[in-house]
Amino acid sequence: MIVIVDYGMGNLRSILNKFERMEAEAKISSEPAEIERADKLVLPGVGAFDAAMHNLGQRNLIPVLEKKVLKEKTPIMGICLGMQLFSRHSEEGNVDGLGWLDAQTKKFRFDGNGVRVPHMGWNSVTVDRSSELLEGLETGSRFYFVHSYHVCCNDPADKLATTNYSIDFTSMVQRDNILGVQFHPERSHRYGARLLENFVRW
Amino acid sequence: MLQIRVIPCLLLQGDGLVKTVQFKDPKYVGDPINAVRIFNKKEVDELLFLDIVASRKKSLFGPKAAGPRTDLIAKISDECFMPLAYGGGIKTMEQVRDIFGTGVEKVCINTHAVDDPGFIRKAADTFGSQSIVVAIDAKRHPDGSYEVCTNGGIKPRGIDPVSHAHHMEELGAGEIFINSIDHDGMMDGYDLALIKAVSSAVKVPVIACGGAGKIDDFVPAVKAGASAVAAGSFFVFHGKRRAVLINYPARAELGTVLNAGQESCPGAGGAML
Repeated sequence: MIVIVDYGMGNLRSILNKFERMEAEAKISSEPAEIERADKLVLPGVGAFDAAMHNLGQRNLIPVLEKKVLKEKTPIMGICLGMQLFSRHSEEGNVDGLGWLDAQTKKFRFDGNGVRVPHMGWNSVTVDRSSELLEGLETGSRFYFVHSYHVCCNDPADKLATTNYSIDFTSMVQRDNILGVQFHPERSHRYGARLLENFVRW
Repeated sequence: MLQIRVIPCLLLQGDGLVKTVQFKDPKYVGDPINAVRIFNKKEVDELLFLDIVASRKKSLFGPKAAGPRTDLIAKISDECFMPLAYGGGIKTMEQVRDIFGTGVEKVCINTHAVDDPGFIRKAADTFGSQSIVVAIDAKRHPDGSYEVCTNGGIKPRGIDPVSHAHHMEELGAGEIFINSIDHDGMMDGYDLALIKAVSSAVKVPVIACGGAGKIDDFVPAVKAGASAVAAGSFFVFHGKRRAVLINYPARAELGTVLNAGQESCPGAGGAML
């Protein structure tokens, strides 16, 4: 059972809908007991970093998530803000993240060169290394992005794919059982669908 | 590098899709679920649904009765493998929350952004700027000036779209959707002066709408500053006699449009599929 963690932020229904279409067993839950029983986890996220960390704390979800992800090595996919939450700290809201990745979340800063923020729309990825999560995908595969902050990994080995938006930024991360994608696979046509299938099989 | 988005802007009236000309004479063009399935298959970048009567309806039953059609929106959202935006009569935070609950990524607020600008701040702070689009319908006056009109384009508000767009950005709008009432449905090209004026006034992405009749119309809108080009008639009509045909060009045909934004960003690299 894939549990999509409900902490009050994110397009949970779209993600659930896509898993259901693939006939993968999935549910949305905010209950630590249900999260505990999950085989895989999805941490979605739309909105602000500090609000997200606050919500996770308030709903008492951090202990069970840490147990599942760090101790039991349950596969987890963080989507958009969800991926950013894996980092140590974000410039948005000045709050600590979950710290599961040795990384910082930083704001896109393009003063003066006319590039607009948020990064919103379809962009491609350049694969940094091979992975079973990328089967059927390749450099040039396109996904839908909408974000103003991006994750900077201190350990290059954590980078799975890179995207260019005036600068090169990390669009996919993976460390052991932790996968993070800055884009929205649930809204990225066949590319996103393929990634979700790969995650189901991972 | 980021590609220019090409977005069908579909107008809802009741359960059907309609198309207008200069915001008048809505003509039925089809079933929204069917249209969504077609666009999904054609791997359309993004979809925008606007309920064009929502802000005009006089509710007999109180505010709840005239709200967004969450049942229909949910059905539409479940079909989509691309981002969805929805607008039409949105006035309350509860409505916004309900719409996001259906899976929609962005809400589009038009009339209420003028009636109560503080609502934009509140919505952006709660849900994130990137999910709040402020839509502006603008009418051109004979002297060349523009005026914002609300309630489905029928109520002139005495403010100009450029300062309104700037104000909305300050309040947290993540995107501005600028539509020309005069060019709507005419399929004769966008109002480039309007797009340029609004795009120059804000730093957030601008979606241009109103007037697209052929693929060649898109690039000038991008050059005028639009980050995305939206169209209605272009995607629902075909040929001189405007036969109804839901359509979307293949990516190869859209070619130059998709990459038109990159000339201002040197160093763009990577082939896109």
